[in-house]
Amino acid sequence: MADKPRIKLPKEAKKGEIIQIKTLVSHLMESGQRKDAQGKPIPRKIINKFSCEFNSKPVFSCALEPAISANPYIQFDARIDEEGTFRFAWTDDDGSVVTAEEKIALKA
Amino acid sequence: MSIRYGSLAVLATAALTLSAIAVFGQEAERMGIPAPPGHVFKTIISGYQFRTKETRALQDDDLENPGFLAVERAADMWKTVDGSEGKSCMSCHGEAETTMKGVGAAMPKWSEKLNKPVNLEQQINICRSEHMKAQPWPFKSKELTDMTTFVRFQSRGMPVAVKTDGPMSPWFERGKEIYYTRVGQLDLACASCHEKNNGKFMRADFLSQGQTNGFPTYRLRDQRLVPLHERFEGCMFDVRGVPYKPLSDEFLALEIYVAWRGIGLPVETPSVRN
Amino acid sequence: MGAINRRQAFLLGGGFVALTVLPMAANAEPSNDAAELIKKFTGGKEATKGKITFDLPEIAENGNTVPLALTVESPMTAENYVKEVLFVADGNPNAGVATLMFTPMSGKAEASIRIRLAQTQNVIAVAKMSDGSLFTERKTVKVTIGGCGG
Repeated sequence: MADKPRIKLPKEAKKGEIIQIKTLVSHLMESGQRKDAQGKPIPRKIINKFSCEFNSKPVFSCALEPAISANPYIQFDARIDEEGTFRFAWTDDDGSVVTAEEKIALKA
Repeated sequence: MSIRYGSLAVLATAALTLSAIAVFGQEAERMGIPAPPGHVFKTIISGYQFRTKETRALQDDDLENPGFLAVERAADMWKTVDGSEGKSCMSCHGEAETTMKGVGAAMPKWSEKLNKPVNLEQQINICRSEHMKAQPWPFKSKELTDMTTFVRFQSRGMPVAVKTDGPMSPWFERGKEIYYTRVGQLDLACASCHEKNNGKFMRADFLSQGQTNGFPTYRLRDQRLVPLHERFEGCMFDVRGVPYKPLSDEFLALEIYVAWRGIGLPVETPSVRN
Repeated sequence: MGAINRRQAFLLGGGFVALTVLPMAANAEPSNDAAELIKKFTGGKEATKGKITFDLPEIAENGNTVPLALTVESPMTAENYVKEVLFVADGNPNAGVATLMFTPMSGKAEASIRIRLAQTQNVIAVAKMSDGSLFTERKTVKVTIGGCGG
């Protein structure tokens, strides 16, 4: 999961505005249901959790199962009451966490 | 996840076919471009038009389109030095956004030096081995498919403009011969599905014109980018034939001929297909 | 792509004669742990139908990537908001799909994800509100299997 996550949100919003956030990360989401060429089961390896915080407060999160498609796409909303920083985190079955940050300003 | 549901699938798919017709676009709704005189089609139609609205939506938004993960990976690789010459792609070619514009739309093209055509994958590896003195990337490797996607993407929206005259002519003819030759236990040619029966179902498959303007394409089935010769290989497997090898002269000839069948279509790389 | 396996070969061949229209298997008893997962989520309480809308294609072109868009009716204020939405699929090897967790800062109880469906089946959503009330909705998705798309 070395690739940079792709994130799209506006650079600024009016106070109280609800914005849409789109995220996409590169990951095989190996389901644990497949077998390799020798017939041995390929062990499960997925992103099992995604979370988004704004100024350290939880906005949206989800627990993911192997029924999520490869290269997980997650879209959700956030209400903006102040300027600040979004922090996104994707947690892999192997314990590694990929994080990203995006700032948003308030429109005058 | 496929093996346990074998018998169910046969039933489900048969039932699906009738109701599916309502969901997949009817012919009148499929937009295309007028073909030049002497072409096999009256209207040349991208594979995009044969897909469901959900699949098209995945291609329509550059953030939602998973093919852009490859474009971004390769944009970094473009600038990364590799091989004993201490060069990156950028050392010779500068900014891909300007120097690679139109390059992918005109491939495969004739190489005077090799006295044969080369396609994009081959040209990338020629650059690597000759100019960078780096290891060529194997076909189907993430690196080669990513870079091919990235270079083709620089032509997105530009018309497919392959040359088929002069020294390309015998290659075009060879490709045409392959296109119309029935192969495999199912005894089907490319033309059987994609010329005679496009817009119809072959079981669960809604057949397109088999255009190549979107390749490499993000296939929902594979959940990754698939290069053109891998799809050619897949089609030949599907008719239970013995496929030619990726990057072989046969597939190269076929690539030239099929590109001509889509002449003028806008490049859609990275497209999304089923 | 990989080599064609025996099932694919069988399906491909069989398809040319399988023209009979047969009833769908979508309403069959769940073959997996869907009921258990829902019970665990609801604590055995009954969920009311309503408040949830989710968009899924009527026919998924490929079961590996099925777009799912959720909307739950809620003011999303500190006093009244959607806390969690459980998604299960009753025909997958394992029923679990995802659990989405909202907060008043979400602004809207809306989300989109892409899911895998191994066959034609029901997708069931259960929403838990901040006052503990439960709502549910289900949709059947026909999944295209076989042919060149595998």
